[in-house]
Amino acid sequence: MSDDLNTDILNPVEPFLRSDRVPHIWCPGCGIGTTVNSFARALIDSNIDLGSLALVSGIGCTGRVAGYVKLDSFHTTHGRAIPFATGLKLANPKLNVVVYSGDGDLSAIGGNHLIHAARRNIDLKVICVNNLIYAMTGGQTAPTTPDHSTTSTNPYGVFEASFNLPHLVEAAGAVYVARWTTFHVRQLSRAISEAFQKKGFSFIEVISPCPTLYQRRNKMGDGLDAMKYYKEKSRVRHGAPTSEVGMTMTGEIIVGKFVDRERPDYQTMMKAQFHESLGEKFVEQTEMVCS
Amino acid sequence: MKTDTADPHTADRHVAVRHTADPRGVLTGIHFMDGDHACCEGALAAGCRCAAGYPITPSTEVVERFASRVPTVGGTFIQMEDELAASITLQGMVWAGAKAFTVTSGPGFSLMMEHIGYAAMTETPCVFVDVQRGGPSTGLPTLPAQADMMQARWGSHGDYEVIALCPNSPQECFDLTIKAFNLAEEYRVPVMFMMDEVVGHMSEKVVIPAADQIEVVPRKHTHKSVEDYLPYGTNGDQVPEMAHAGEGYNFHVTGLTHDERGYPNMTLPVQDKLVRRLQSKILNAVDRITMTEEEQIEGADVVVVSYGITSRVAQRAIEAARERGLRVGKLRLITAWPFPEKKIRDLAGKVKAFVVPELNLGQMVREVERAAGGQAKTFAVSHAGGGVHNPEEILKVIVEASRCQTI
Amino acid sequence: MAKGRVSIVVERCKACGFCVEFCPSHVLALSSAFNSKGYHPPHVVHPDKCSGCDLCGMYCPDFAIAGGKVDEAGVPVKKADAAKGAKK
Repeated sequence: MSDDLNTDILNPVEPFLRSDRVPHIWCPGCGIGTTVNSFARALIDSNIDLGSLALVSGIGCTGRVAGYVKLDSFHTTHGRAIPFATGLKLANPKLNVVVYSGDGDLSAIGGNHLIHAARRNIDLKVICVNNLIYAMTGGQTAPTTPDHSTTSTNPYGVFEASFNLPHLVEAAGAVYVARWTTFHVRQLSRAISEAFQKKGFSFIEVISPCPTLYQRRNKMGDGLDAMKYYKEKSRVRHGAPTSEVGMTMTGEIIVGKFVDRERPDYQTMMKAQFHESLGEKFVEQTEMVCS
Repeated sequence: MKTDTADPHTADRHVAVRHTADPRGVLTGIHFMDGDHACCEGALAAGCRCAAGYPITPSTEVVERFASRVPTVGGTFIQMEDELAASITLQGMVWAGAKAFTVTSGPGFSLMMEHIGYAAMTETPCVFVDVQRGGPSTGLPTLPAQADMMQARWGSHGDYEVIALCPNSPQECFDLTIKAFNLAEEYRVPVMFMMDEVVGHMSEKVVIPAADQIEVVPRKHTHKSVEDYLPYGTNGDQVPEMAHAGEGYNFHVTGLTHDERGYPNMTLPVQDKLVRRLQSKILNAVDRITMTEEEQIEGADVVVVSYGITSRVAQRAIEAARERGLRVGKLRLITAWPFPEKKIRDLAGKVKAFVVPELNLGQMVREVERAAGGQAKTFAVSHAGGGVHNPEEILKVIVEASRCQTI
Repeated sequence: MAKGRVSIVVERCKACGFCVEFCPSHVLALSSAFNSKGYHPPHVVHPDKCSGCDLCGMYCPDFAIAGGKVDEAGVPVKKADAAKGAKK
């Protein structure tokens, strides 16, 4: 059987991939690759200058995105993608900085950095792929794992309340908060494009299947079963109060754009403050490149 | 004080133009300031315009001054929410094109260890300042110690090398901070700047020269095309060339074991090649990196090996011992890591004993003893920290060492 | 005449079934053939129904399939230059 049939149809995601590293390591039915398709299309639709885009990820399955995209990409330490990204953005404000990481990485070990970056309104676009579990390490409980789920560290069922990430990030100060699932490929792409148009801390949560661990351990089928579940149980409620969008194991998934507000971003406020306090003595940051 | 000057071994790696400091960051003049403040000025003179920090006594003044200075010279300081963040935010700043550093003390240094390892693995040139205080744990926040010396070398997991410098005066806090940044750029390595609370908080005359008198090593930036550039490729030279985010190189950086393309490649041969190069790029350059201050080593019976504030106290003891007719040499470690093993080994064949006073219960003394290889005796003058030695304590041991039998 | 056509990179497929399920025109089905990893890649069973919407491509987590519009002669219609930004 020939490898490629009718290869004259170009996949728009192809120019964004490090093709020498594909096939990737994600499992059959994992949704991370699907989110990358939406991301690539957002880049195309937004006409982003790829030369000034940097992508930062943490550790975990979603953290591997950095290694597969043909961009200036940084695979950093567990939970610390956001502070690394902050450093990039502060030293070169012309960069468009995307943080692409998982729910455990961003909200557990990285939780502190998440809330402070949102509070400061650092101009970052955060794509949080939420597969409700720590997948890479074998299926341990994450702060987002729904009540009563079975995981390897809660073998008798999770009894902790789980984080409602949109609520958390809104409370911390994010200016753009949305949630979609990997079923909502076009809406997700649009949300990412919208985030690119916005200055400030944007947070897009994408509910995604983990067939190997979350789905399998909870006898919920495979990745396709998860996608069908998203299709059936998602309810689009733009502007819903984020306090109402918490998730349960088998309940509704509220999706949509929840928060889209205006607040000056960190660097805008910084400059304003220095102008006010220092007047003429303020020297705006010049070209950082030291060579 | 010996300071390294233009090095013929590395001159060919850089453009023939001699790089000097940007005058906008240089506070030329004669000052009376403490070590913390002088360190900040050293960073600015070295071309550092970015820092991320977190407050911790006795280091905080470094970044407080930085926060106050950078908006007037063009740069950014951010106080992050913890040391975990600060220690990696500065690396993001470096990859965006800046020279960057952070400042901390014991408990913060411990928190930063993972990211010191990340800097070593990704070969991110940067400076970590540790103004050492009494430990362990919260210890003595406002009092000196030198008990992080081994941690500076071994604190993070895995095999890697760092460079560590030990200033012993506010003047050296200025001069050697510049040196720290220069070494970081030259070897693409995190450099540990091991101050202590006394050096940090003592005020002395600090002379800051004109900008054109200050040698600054630029980023080893690639001139290769996008197609030819390999982020971790080396052409015989052990230090790869760097690119920055936003220049169109589309490179990948990871803390995973990686090949020359920067791609994760977790196999034995790649691990072996990478980790050995991270080690050899420093160890093969020990002679070029090492800085010491030596006095009356020729013909000495006893050599006092010390660093940081202890070296100034030891000076009193050494002079007192010489007044008694003892033949005592001084070897001050300005670079503590990489440890000058060969120097100690050669000396060990000629002297009776080494005396190593430190504000700890025995750290660098272990390296001296190891390097001496049994050819000379090694005497520690330990101190739990919280203050400096009484010179008498050191003198007593020098006298004892002089009396010991030659091996 | 079909309005669209798909391209399948057989070796990348992991047979997750997303493309088969979410194609609005039910153009695809998993084949009985194997790729070298042992997965059954999809094949086109109703080529005339393909609209070239590329939903299959958007859903595929493995970048193994893409759909696109074709003209009456079956020649792919050029999309707005997707690769523009990717060129250095």
